[in-house]
Amino acid sequence: MDILGTLQKLATESGFAAFFLTAGGWKNLVMIIISFVLLYLGIAKKFEPLLLCGIAFGCLLSNLSYFIGMGENALYHPELWQQFLVDHSYGNVMRHAGLLDFFYIGVKAGIYPSLIFLGVGAMTDFGPLLSNPKSLLLGAAAQLGVFVAFFGAILLGFTGPQAASIGIIGGADGPTAIFLTTKLAPELLGPIAIAAYSYMALIPLIQPPIMKLMTTEKMRVVKMEQSRPVSKTEKILFPIIVATFVILLLPATAPLIGCLMLGNLFRECGVTDRLSDTAQNALMNIVTIFLATSVGATMTGDNFIQPQTLYIILLGLVAFGISTAGGLVGGIIMYRTSGGKINPLIGSAGVSAVPMAARVSQDVGRRYNKSNFLLMHAMGPNVAGVIGSAIAAGFLLSVFGG
Amino acid sequence: MDLINLTIGSGAGIAVLGYCVVFLGIVMLMLVVMLLCRIMIAKAKKEAAANPVPDPVEPLRVIPAPAPGTAGDLKLYDTDPRDAAMIMAIVADTLGKPLNELRFISIKEVKDE
Repeated sequence: MDILGTLQKLATESGFAAFFLTAGGWKNLVMIIISFVLLYLGIAKKFEPLLLCGIAFGCLLSNLSYFIGMGENALYHPELWQQFLVDHSYGNVMRHAGLLDFFYIGVKAGIYPSLIFLGVGAMTDFGPLLSNPKSLLLGAAAQLGVFVAFFGAILLGFTGPQAASIGIIGGADGPTAIFLTTKLAPELLGPIAIAAYSYMALIPLIQPPIMKLMTTEKMRVVKMEQSRPVSKTEKILFPIIVATFVILLLPATAPLIGCLMLGNLFRECGVTDRLSDTAQNALMNIVTIFLATSVGATMTGDNFIQPQTLYIILLGLVAFGISTAGGLVGGIIMYRTSGGKINPLIGSAGVSAVPMAARVSQDVGRRYNKSNFLLMHAMGPNVAGVIGSAIAAGFLLSVFGG
Repeated sequence: MDLINLTIGSGAGIAVLGYCVVFLGIVMLMLVVMLLCRIMIAKAKKEAAANPVPDPVEPLRVIPAPAPGTAGDLKLYDTDPRDAAMIMAIVADTLGKPLNELRFISIKEVKDE
């Protein structure tokens, strides 16, 4: 038995050697360090921990196990998914897949984002929006960043589908961003998911300076009247009407809007409490595990360490900032047209990060008027933002998905 | 139009069109929701008119019975409820008896002359 030969084989086949012996192995090392940083941000700083921990660990696993030219034992195989773009064959993927490739099928097929929307729908109370339907306009106004970032990405030389995927970061909606990117620019999924979830976690830092800059103190102290109570029948009819209307208008939104409204119907109809509970808790948690780890797995060194990643991070920040500004402009217009009855701070909640953006409106409002409670008023635009970003994604998918 | 390699003009056009489509979709949805709300409000008013709420009847005066297991009311003189709770807990602990086996009648702050 050739002991020395065996030891040498073990050494050269190990991941430690692969960092330095394979093409681009050093990039894996960098990605492993990035995954540690993301784990730190998720665990110690509590930046969207439910998703960031899974994304970071998925990134760690794929960069520990996949090296170019040594991929047979890997958990995730980027080349399989590049081949998938050509032959569209899940059979080929299944034959050679690692564990995370199997998880990733759910992302690729658009299953996880839709199921997350089912859970979001089951957790969302659309009552504030029903009591003030005009707040839907703020959800539309806050999609401005999507289209400005899209245009910015075109200026920076991204292709149309890539620019659409980057722009949707401005919708501040992780599942929508993942859904659209998987369909249009799967090669950018890792950086886009990281940018979307990181900026969502940073909303309490990103939004307040913009809110302060765009509003006067007189606007910020406005106390809004109590909303009218919403009947049970309205809450039951709402998901049915929205699903029917929006899907007929933009069929590409069907997976997201359909699942969002199905989850909401489970919540409101009063006869499916068990299903609502499962969608909100068990199912949501299971899907989050699969979604986060498989999205993290796409962050292989070779794919992630590119100049375009920096552009995506930068454009994502621009998209978030401009979406916030768009919502505030909508809020200011409503403040003026209502004779000062609407506090424009609720406009920034039109970005769909639920309920973080509404909490920011509440916090900033209370900073200027201790007796002001904007939370329920801000929840209207906040949930409208979810519908707005799904419509924006549906439009972009209709244009570039064909 | 080449949708992969978009020109700046085409990109701007799609961006403007997209924002308009989002607004249009949301405005139409808003109108539908407003219509639903109006119908519901009108229905609620109609029902309220058909079934007028009876005048409120003065509720019967019920003398509150002491909660089971309690030893009646405790009278406090110049003492905060919080201080009283602490005093009762200290007494129970010092005597080695559970609090529900002790009966406190009143607690009064003794002021220095």
